Amino acid sequence: MQSRRRFVSQSAAVASAVAFPLVAGAQPKTVKVGVLHPVTGALAYSGQQCRLGALMAIGDINAAAGIESLGGAKLQALLGDAQSQPQAGAAEVEKMNEAGVSAIVGAYASAICLATTQAAAKYGLPHVVDVGVADQIVERGLKNSFRFGCGYKKSTGVAMANLMLLNKAAGSPAKTVMIIHEESLFGVGTAQLLARELPGYGFDVKEVAKHANPTRDFNNIVLRMKSVNPDIVIPANYYNEYALLVRTMQQQKVVPQAIFSVLGGAASSYKFVKEFPDAANGIIDCNHWFNPKDQRAQQLRERVQAKGQFFSYEVFMTYTAMWLLADAIGRAKSMERAAIIDALDKSNFSNHIMPYGPTKFVNGQNEGAQPLMTQVVKNDIKVIIPREYREVDPIFPLKA
Amino acid sequence: MPDFDIFLPSLLNGLATGAVYALIAVGLTLVYGVLHIINFAHGASLMLALYAVYFLKECWGIDPYMALPIAIPGMFALGYALQRAIINRASHGKDENSLLATLGIAIVMENLALLFFQSDTRSIDTAYSLRTVAIGPAMIAVPKLLACAGALAVSGLLYWIMGRTDLGRAIRAVAKEKEGAKLMGIDVDHVYAMSFGIGLACLGAAACFLLPAYYVNPQVGGGFVLVAFTIVVLGGMGSFAGALAGGLLVGVAESLGGLCLGESLGQIGIFAIFIGVVLLRPQGLFGAKA
Repeated sequence: MQSRRRFVSQSAAVASAVAFPLVAGAQPKTVKVGVLHPVTGALAYSGQQCRLGALMAIGDINAAAGIESLGGAKLQALLGDAQSQPQAGAAEVEKMNEAGVSAIVGAYASAICLATTQAAAKYGLPHVVDVGVADQIVERGLKNSFRFGCGYKKSTGVAMANLMLLNKAAGSPAKTVMIIHEESLFGVGTAQLLARELPGYGFDVKEVAKHANPTRDFNNIVLRMKSVNPDIVIPANYYNEYALLVRTMQQQKVVPQAIFSVLGGAASSYKFVKEFPDAANGIIDCNHWFNPKDQRAQQLRERVQAKGQFFSYEVFMTYTAMWLLADAIGRAKSMERAAIIDALDKSNFSNHIMPYGPTKFVNGQNEGAQPLMTQVVKNDIKVIIPREYREVDPIFPLKA
Repeated sequence: MPDFDIFLPSLLNGLATGAVYALIAVGLTLVYGVLHIINFAHGASLMLALYAVYFLKECWGIDPYMALPIAIPGMFALGYALQRAIINRASHGKDENSLLATLGIAIVMENLALLFFQSDTRSIDTAYSLRTVAIGPAMIAVPKLLACAGALAVSGLLYWIMGRTDLGRAIRAVAKEKEGAKLMGIDVDHVYAMSFGIGLACLGAAACFLLPAYYVNPQVGGGFVLVAFTIVVLGGMGSFAGALAGGLLVGVAESLGGLCLGESLGQIGIFAIFIGVVLLRPQGLFGAKA
């Protein structure tokens, strides 16, 4: 009896010892992915929204069997904080490289993306840019950098062409423009493009006003606006300053024919619409936007809102950027950086919630990306252009 | 050159902004004048006060101006407790220790705000948020005008307390001669804590005046405290009247600087005046010569 019991227990021990490596070996591998955003500092809100999108995507990818071609490997996020500063972002890339990440997704602001993509390039580390709109990010010949969304050149071009169409359709009531922009790469680049190109579309650019981040007071700019009396006001800045600007315009009773934003920080924000419904009403924006006709986008929106968060562009841009990376890793069938870069380069990712065709990277820029034109109507944000995604007809001008 | 129709509103707007700056700087200069420490937690304390006023409005519907009787004593109590519990204990008479203590408090406050309130920017909407009053060609926002009046009133009250009350006399005595004050029976530690409390109470008032026209997030204090430090040095470190005059001067310089040089270069106006004053009058506008 004693010996039989010993035999059984010893057999069980041996069996489990033999089986353990098999069980361990059967566990899917993990692919480390750097999730790098400015989650503290001046851009913390946007950075945290981006992080939310990235983590939701990783959760969804892992729940949907992980990376199938790697035996169901799960994505593992390595979180980094760029502290709203390019140099801090670059330092985080160094840490992530040391930690052995296979790729990085980030890093929201253009100036930070310039630094992080450059730092990642040293190690041949694939870097998917989620938001950063400055075209310099993908114009430096870096082989590791891929931007899924559109840059400010494309956004500005689309915005200007559509502004001309809207104006023409209304009998060309708007002739003059004032541009207000923040002073970093995004605002300056966008404003320069607008100021250079708008005269070609028949608009007289009366004034270009630059402001710092943060700006506590927009009275001077609005006083200038009052004096210039432009038909159209074009802001290109981040959320806080956008909201202050529009409120000051309301206080000073400045009502142009349209507030027409290009990549406007607040104009396509449900948060802004909720907090300042009157100020937001009628604002037109050309921005990153999801495909409103895609059911998955609406479901994602509901899930984000269920978390008590706003479905801002940061969330869905980073969410999709992570899916793009997962798709590339899947096709690379490897966690090796060079293989992932190659797969990204050849990416034709189309199973996503953005209004883009299949991905086609040229020098790291997705040529298939396109911004949508939205307008705030009845406390909601609706797509007005292009027609295939249109939810409501545009209202232009707001003031006759 | 900007025309008069823009110049006058810009000037008035600068004065209104400057009054709030002055109120923030008055607290800072009081703490410096009495405790001889630079309170690096001043900006973070302002941020906490702004959150307090925000939640009073959002959770209980208390208007920011009606929140004054809550925010001022609340911030005073916080300041008193911080001084007695942390700064006084940490310093042991060494300046660098108190500097590190205030810096540490600032970091803790900002990160706690990030943890509990998230990085989200919040602002409130009131019935008067978008109202304006015409002063000549200038349209001045009502919240700004009320902020200016309120900041001047609170500064005046503080000036009266400092000049006419026993507490004010005790604070001035400790500021001038700590050991002598001690010999006269003044509880120096209590006066220190009272001064720190009053410094933060000013921020409670400033928060009530600021929030209807501004926003709050965990980083919001940093921008204000840089201006406040400039004002304190400009006016003369420890000088109450200097902080008031410096605040108004900085507000106007920022506004007119922004008007003439462009909004992104507006702060050049502040620092041009600052450098000029430091060169010509190193003790500041109202500071006593060493």
